[in-house]
Amino acid sequence: MSGRVLVGVKRVIDYAVKIRVKPDKSGVVTDGVKHSMNPFCEIAVEEAVKMKEKKLIKEVVAVSCGPQQAQETIRTALAMGADRGIHVEVTGKDYESLGPLQVSKIMAALAKKEDAQLVILGKQAIDDDCNQTGQMTAALLDWPQGTFASEVSFEGNMLKVVREIDGGLETIKINTPAVVTADLRLNTPRYATLPNIMKAKKKKIANMKPADLGVDLTSRLEVLRVDEPPQRQSGMKVETVDDLVAKLKEAGTI
Amino acid sequence: MASPLKGEVMRLYKTLLYLGREYPQGAAYFRERLKAAFVKNRDETDPDKIRQLVARGDFVIKELEALYFLRKYRAMKKRQREPIRSRSSFGHERTHLLKTH
Repeated sequence: MSGRVLVGVKRVIDYAVKIRVKPDKSGVVTDGVKHSMNPFCEIAVEEAVKMKEKKLIKEVVAVSCGPQQAQETIRTALAMGADRGIHVEVTGKDYESLGPLQVSKIMAALAKKEDAQLVILGKQAIDDDCNQTGQMTAALLDWPQGTFASEVSFEGNMLKVVREIDGGLETIKINTPAVVTADLRLNTPRYATLPNIMKAKKKKIANMKPADLGVDLTSRLEVLRVDEPPQRQSGMKVETVDDLVAKLKEAGTI
Repeated sequence: MASPLKGEVMRLYKTLLYLGREYPQGAAYFRERLKAAFVKNRDETDPDKIRQLVARGDFVIKELEALYFLRKYRAMKKRQREPIRSRSSFGHERTHLLKTH
């Protein structure tokens, strides 16, 4: 038991920003747009930090894959209480095609390298909404997985995970090492305060390349087109019940 | 104000200014009101009264953190329920917070 927890954090466009699609439909506009940590990653970090505060684990390592700016996201995780960071530098073309499979390969390689006891990830990112990285990481490592966690507790060397499933909760008990993905109700993430961000600047962030981990980043996916969601049709007012019935008949609903 | 409370007040102002960067109506809007609130009490000399005002500021910090968390939480929850709706700005229900201070 190493007592080490690996937490994945992703830098995404801030949730409050109105997303704009590029005119050539190749993707969304990211230049000059406010970015922040994926909300589900915040929940994952919070869970790991809470475990450390309860002395259930010894070290929290925050990992992010991406360009130079990903370090800001790691810094936020460090301000929330993570002990050190690992920045896997992915830039240019590789970053554009970086998907769940590539990230999970990196996470799996790091989990082995760091001898992690637990990998905690957000269940999905709010930019691509893939919801795949945790599952793929568990598969690549051949570790048990507790996805959509709304409660996590240690029972000896086992892990009890309460999962959010359709229409209720499912409680499972899994062996460690394991991969856990955080759902929305797992906890309430703490705010990275100004003094903590200052203190986090003293914590170490290790820099590495995917090649250092022996990970190949080629993607088999090709993005054909990115479209805006359909515009909602505006409503209308009708004067009488007869008008309403006529309109509904016209629309084919009755 | 060469009192030992000066540091406290500075810390409060800096923390609020930092928190204001995320304010729904924008950092400029927040900064203006924040400054006005501090200027209003600039001539306060009674240490007890200053402590009281700082405590009020700390309360606003807590409220802001709660506001940001709830806003984010609701946005996430809403998206899960209505995946196709476009993202609209959300959660203005507690944005009146600073007006009373």
